[in-house]
Amino acid sequence: MSDIDYKQRGSLLNPLRSLGFFGRPPVTQPLEPRPASINYRGFHLNDWEKCVGCGTCQKVCDNAAISMVHIPDLPADPAKGVRPERPAIDYGRCCWCGLCVDICPTGALALSREYVHTCVDADLSSYFILPDSHGIHGQPYEKGWAKTADADLISLLREPMPELEPEQRIENFDEIVGGYDPQQALLEASRCVQCGMCHDACPTHMHAPQYIRAIWEGKLEEAVGWIYQTNPFAHICGRVCTRRCETACSIGHRGEPIAIRWLKRYAMDAIPHERVKQIAAAGRCETPSGQRVAIVGAGPAGLTCAFDLAKQGHAVTVFEALSQPGGMTRWGIPEYRLPYDRIDRDIDVIQSLGVEIRCNTRIGSDITLEELHQQYDAVLIALGLQMGRGTRIPGSDHPQVRRAVDLLRQATAGEEFGTPQSAVVIGGGNVAMDIARTLARLQRQRFGTAQVTITALEELSHFLADPVEIKEAHEEGITILPARGPREVVVEDGNLVGLATWRVTSIFDEQGRFSPTYDQEDAQIHTAEMVVEAIGQMSDTGLLGDELTERLAWNRGRLQVDSDGRTSEAWLWAAGDMVRGPDVVSAVADGHRVAASIHAALSAAKEQNP
Amino acid sequence: MRPENYQAVSHPPSHEYEVFFGPNHPGIEGNYALKVRLHGDEVTAARADGGYLHRGFEKLMEGRLWIQNIALVPRICVPDPVPMEVCYSLAIEALGGLEVPERAQWIRVMQLELSRIAAHLFTFGGNAATTGMYTPMFWGIADRDLILDLFEELSGGRVYHIYNIPGGVRRDLPEGYLKRVSDTLDYIESRLPDYDNLMFTNQVFVRRATGVGIMTQEQALDWGVTGPNLRATGLPFDVRRDDPYLIYDQLEFDVPVEEAGDAWARTLVRRAELKQSLRILRQVVARLPEIDGPIRAPIPNPLAWNLPLGDVYTRVESSKGELAYYVVSNGGDKPWRVHVRGPSAMHAVQVLEHLVTGARIEDVAQIMFSLDACPPEVDR
Repeated sequence: MSDIDYKQRGSLLNPLRSLGFFGRPPVTQPLEPRPASINYRGFHLNDWEKCVGCGTCQKVCDNAAISMVHIPDLPADPAKGVRPERPAIDYGRCCWCGLCVDICPTGALALSREYVHTCVDADLSSYFILPDSHGIHGQPYEKGWAKTADADLISLLREPMPELEPEQRIENFDEIVGGYDPQQALLEASRCVQCGMCHDACPTHMHAPQYIRAIWEGKLEEAVGWIYQTNPFAHICGRVCTRRCETACSIGHRGEPIAIRWLKRYAMDAIPHERVKQIAAAGRCETPSGQRVAIVGAGPAGLTCAFDLAKQGHAVTVFEALSQPGGMTRWGIPEYRLPYDRIDRDIDVIQSLGVEIRCNTRIGSDITLEELHQQYDAVLIALGLQMGRGTRIPGSDHPQVRRAVDLLRQATAGEEFGTPQSAVVIGGGNVAMDIARTLARLQRQRFGTAQVTITALEELSHFLADPVEIKEAHEEGITILPARGPREVVVEDGNLVGLATWRVTSIFDEQGRFSPTYDQEDAQIHTAEMVVEAIGQMSDTGLLGDELTERLAWNRGRLQVDSDGRTSEAWLWAAGDMVRGPDVVSAVADGHRVAASIHAALSAAKEQNP
Repeated sequence: MRPENYQAVSHPPSHEYEVFFGPNHPGIEGNYALKVRLHGDEVTAARADGGYLHRGFEKLMEGRLWIQNIALVPRICVPDPVPMEVCYSLAIEALGGLEVPERAQWIRVMQLELSRIAAHLFTFGGNAATTGMYTPMFWGIADRDLILDLFEELSGGRVYHIYNIPGGVRRDLPEGYLKRVSDTLDYIESRLPDYDNLMFTNQVFVRRATGVGIMTQEQALDWGVTGPNLRATGLPFDVRRDDPYLIYDQLEFDVPVEEAGDAWARTLVRRAELKQSLRILRQVVARLPEIDGPIRAPIPNPLAWNLPLGDVYTRVESSKGELAYYVVSNGGDKPWRVHVRGPSAMHAVQVLEHLVTGARIEDVAQIMFSLDACPPEVDR
C-alpha cells in the first residue's frame, strides 16, 4: 500500500529540498561514443575463413537486409560445401536482432561493439556493406553479440537411425538400417536450412533441398517427384549412396549433417511402388522418335541413360551379361546394405518406361558391338569395373587366393565357393569391408564362428572405406590391421596357410606416385585358409574386339571420351565406372550426361535425315 | 467552379474553437493527437486521432516466421518492450507445447520488473512535465537510462532487447550481472525520497492532479480498463497475482490500490508499484543464482517450424495494464493471425476522449499521462 496519504496535500516547501542538486555534477553523457557492453548488437563481423556462403543468414533475416554477394576471388569448392559468396548487409533495413548470428551454421557471423556510422548524402551507399572480420570502418572493435552454445538456433544432432545390434545381424544378411519412421523423418527434415550445398556437391545435382522440404511438409509424392527428376536409382541411392551431399552440408561444419540419404530412402519407401512408377513417368514424350539405342551393361550408368532416352521417346535395349540387371549395385553390394527387392523396384520403374533389358547376353560372344552398330542408331557401353585387380605377390596364383568382386558376385548368385574357416582380406576400401563382412556372415552360418582379418596399406584414419563400414566391421568381430603391406602368400605342401605382411612405412614416393615401402623387421604371418584381394577393379574391355580396340582412342588404359561421354567413334558412347571410377551416383550423373549427348546427336541426325 | 462533392465547412460559433492537440506536442506521448473543441478553456468535445504510428505489426507478423516476429514485438510498446516479448513468447510456447526452463522464467521476471520500473520512471517524468515540472522528467529519463544500461549488457540492445525467444531467453546472464542489478536497485531506491520531495509531496503537483480525470470503478470495468488505472479505482486486480504466469506465484508482492480514480490516485498507484517491483527484484536477485539449468527449451530449426493448428490467448501485466496476445496457427510456419490486446488501446482512445471532455485545456496532457497512454501500442 502506498505510504503517501491520499489526503496529504504535500508542501510547497518540499521541492526546495532539491536545490541541493545544484551542487552535484550533471548526469549528462559525454559526447564521444560510449564503449558498448559485452553483448552489444552493433555492426556485423564476418569471419571469411569460416563463412561458406550458405546464405542461411539471408533466410532468417526478417527485414530482407542480407543479400549474398558473389566474390569472384574466393575459392569455390562444391565438394566441401564452400561457395564464393558472402553476406552483404543493408543497414537501411537491418534491425540488429542478431538472428543471423544465432542461426549461422558455421559460427562465422557476429555483431561487434561498434555502433556509430554517419555519412553525407553522397555516400549513402556506405550503409550497404560487405562485413568481414575488420568491422565496418576497419577499427579494432571487439565482438559483441556472438554465438554461444546454449543459444544456437541450429540443431546439431541428427535423428538417430534405428539399426540392428551386432548380435542381431552377424549371422544373417538382413538389412542393418531400419529406416526412419514418419516422425523421425519429419524431425530430421526440419533440421535442413535449405542452403543447397548438397545440390551443388552431388554429382547428379539432386534436388535435395526441395525433396527434404517436401518431406517436412508431408508431401512425400512431391518428394519422390523431385528425386526422380535427377536420379532413377532412387531406392539404391537412398541406401548406398556415397552421399557427397552430406560432406558438403553446411550443418556439418559444427554438427552432424542432415541425413539426406536416409530421407531419400524414407520418401521412396513411403510411396507405393505403382505410384512411384506413375511419378517417374511424368514428362515422358509419348511420340516415339523411331530411333533405337543399344546400351551395354545394365548398371546405374547404362540404366540411367536408358531411363532418360526412353522418356525422350527412343527405343532402348539394354544388354546385360549376367542373369539379372543392376550391375555392381546387385552383384557387388551385399544384401545387408542393399536388399535385392529395392534394386528390383528401381529397375522395374525403368522397365515400366519401355526399356527392354536382355539379360544373359554377353557382348563379344552372344552379340558383337559391330552388330549393335549395324542395328541401332547409337550404342553406349557402360561395362563397369567387373574384374578385380591382383596383388601379384608371390603365391598369389594359388587357387585359394580369390578376388573380392568374384566372391561377392558368387555370394549374390548363391553359388557355393567354399567358404573358408578363416580368411585374410587385402584392401582398405568399401569392397574389402563388403567381402570381409560377407565372409564373416557365411562363416558364422556354417561354422558358428568367424575369423576374418583385413590388412590394408593405409593408416586407419586414411582408409578409403566409409567410417561407418569400418565401425560396423569392428562390431561384427572382424580384425582390421592397418598399415600392413602384403609380402607373400604362404603356401605349405600346396595348401594355403596364410598371408605374410610387413609394416608399411610409406605408401607414396616423393613425387606422389604409388610406391609403398616396408619395415622388413616388422613381419607377421596371418594364418588363413583363403586370401582375398580387394585392391581395386578394372574394366573387361576385351569384349570390344581387337579391331574396334585398335580404332578407339585410349588414355592410359582407359577409354578416351569427350566431356559428353562420346568416344572417338561417332556412334559409340561410354559411361559409368569404366570412365569415372567406382561410384553409383557418379555413374548416374554420367548416365544423364551421355543420354543428353545421345539425344542431341539423334535429334540432329533426324533433322538432317527426316 | 466548385466540385460536385463540395460541402461547406460548418464553423463553430466564435466562442467555440477546435484545437489540434498533437501529433507533435510536448504534452503528448509519441505521435498522437487529440482534436479538442474548446469553449473558453473548457473542453466540450474531444476526438482521439491516432494512426501516426501505425506500422501494421499484426499484419506484418502474418508474413514472418514464428521466430522472426521476436524482432517486431518490442516495437509495439517502446517504453515497456519486455512484456511484449514475453507475452508473444508465452503464446508460441503454449501453441507449441514448449516447457520454459526455470532459469529462463526467473530471468524473464527480472526483465519484466526492470522494464516496469523503467516505464514508470518514464511516465513520472512525463506526468510531471505536463504540470510544468521538467526536473522530474530529466531525472526519470536519466535514472531509466541506468536500467537501459542493464538491458544493454544483458541483451545487446537498450530499448529493443529482442532477448526473449519462444522457449526461453537468448543468452545467459553475463558475469557479475546480478550484482550490477542489485547496485542499480539500491541507487533507484535511494532516489525515491528525491522524487517524493520534488513530485509526490509537492503541493503544486498534488493539487494539479487531485480530482482530475476521475473514472469510477464501474466505468473502468465497462470500458475494459486494466492495470494501474483500474487499481486506482479500488479494484485490486493484477494478472501477476490473479492469473500468475512464469514464477510470479513464488514471489511476495502487494497489489497497491487507491480509491479515488483520479490522476493523483493513478500516480500514487504507480509510485507504490515501483516499490513493489523493487521488492520483487530483490527476491529475484537473491534466488536466481541458485537456479541452474538451461536458458532455453530446445526449439526446432526456425526455418522449418510448424506450430500445431490452434489458437491461444496469453496475458501478462505490463506497466500499462493487461497485455495479451491472441495468436492463431493454421498449422503453418507463420502465424495465421496475431491480435495484440494492448492495454493502452483500451484507455487511450475512447476513455481518454471521455475523461478530457469537461476538463480544462491545461489538464488534457496531465490526464493523458496519468492514464499512461502508449500511442505506439494503440496504433501498432
